[in-house]
Amino acid sequence: MSEHNITLQVNEIEHRLVVESRKLLVHVLRDDLGYTGTNIGCESSLCGACTVHLNGSAIKSCTILAVQADMANITTVEGLAKNGELHPIQSSFQEEHGLQCGYCTPGMMMTALDFLKHHSNPSRDEIREGLEGNLCRCTGYHNIINAVESTANKFKGNASGGSA
Amino acid sequence: MYPSSFDYLKPESVQSLFEMLSDNSDQHVEFIAGGHSLIPMMKTGLAAPDILVDLSDISELYGIESNDNSTTIGAMETYANISRNRAVIENCPVLAEAVSLIGDIQVRNRGTIGGNLSHADPASDPPAAILASHSTLHVQGPTGKRTINQDDFFTGLYETSLEDGELLTKIEINNIGTGAGAYLKKPSPSSGYAMIGTAAVLHSNNGIIDSARVAITGAVDHATRLNGVEDALIGATVTHESANNAANHALDGIEDTMLMEDLQASSEYRAHLIGVYAKRAVTSCIDRLS
Repeated sequence: MSEHNITLQVNEIEHRLVVESRKLLVHVLRDDLGYTGTNIGCESSLCGACTVHLNGSAIKSCTILAVQADMANITTVEGLAKNGELHPIQSSFQEEHGLQCGYCTPGMMMTALDFLKHHSNPSRDEIREGLEGNLCRCTGYHNIINAVESTANKFKGNASGGSA
Repeated sequence: MYPSSFDYLKPESVQSLFEMLSDNSDQHVEFIAGGHSLIPMMKTGLAAPDILVDLSDISELYGIESNDNSTTIGAMETYANISRNRAVIENCPVLAEAVSLIGDIQVRNRGTIGGNLSHADPASDPPAAILASHSTLHVQGPTGKRTINQDDFFTGLYETSLEDGELLTKIEINNIGTGAGAYLKKPSPSSGYAMIGTAAVLHSNNGIIDSARVAITGAVDHATRLNGVEDALIGATVTHESANNAANHALDGIEDTMLMEDLQASSEYRAHLIGVYAKRAVTSCIDRLS
């Protein structure tokens, strides 16, 4: 067994901890650091419930070892709202009823934000394709697409709001 | 789902990697690039290395550079970086198309070209694109560097001509120049992997095709070129009729017993798809040439 000292910057807070080499990032985020907004779904990089941002890009935190993320900047869903105010994508999911049970929602939002960084004016088909790595078993996806489309429109109206 | 225990090393150069490993010849060593094939295998017990060597801090494995003749891509470059890189889109459009169809956004943000080719999954997209492009694979081992021609790299199911302990460091691809390329794929509805993926690169001179490379993935145990289609295209006119004729040779040299068969597609269906996708990929190149 090997253990390693690592430093993770999570939602702008620095955490220093010791992890076993085989420990996955999602477990460190949830169990060691308490960021339980990141969910565990399939644990096989299919469902996207564990999606977080690693140095600004959406990744599945069940398919990276915590030790691989040493010195990285990580954003979880808890890092989206600022000063008690919802991030535009969070309010869009609320307004468009883009969730039912909510289990997939953190991952959906983290993936959608990465997608919107590269697609400022997406079609609905492009949004569907962009979210292909995130599964939802409740909504049938329509309201999720609506929420992402609404977020894109908010970003267009406020060019400064485009990143998480 | 936790992998078995292992020691974890993170060298900062290829040289120091081989120095770190020089005393561990009896250990099972795996290199980890993006980890999107290896970590799932470690979680399910299909891979259980004693030592995991993380390549992510080795700066010489990164970078995308083009000159007049070729484009060189570091093994650690991600699908996302490759698919958005202007030099790759312009000079190696087949690879740009192939990597943009892999997995999903999150997978493309982590998965790397070097990891992909070394893993040699029989249904992965980049191997066909590499075979259809004129490519040279640069590898380095404890005793030195060598290059491997693209046709000699993939040797079987998850098998390559990399020796034990050798590392793929970069991939050099001839620029397509005035040619045209295409990668077309029929993904499995569940996994997204190719049931058939077909890459084609054509060059022409005065309306006559003078070079043709067509390669498939997902149908047999490793990515392979369709020599019958290529031979039929060379010397043919840049027309749809030539694409149709060439596609009739799609199964030349492919025995029924070589075709993969699984829950997604029977071998008969895969045989059918090889012809259909050869025709579509070549037709797409012809449309882009003319």
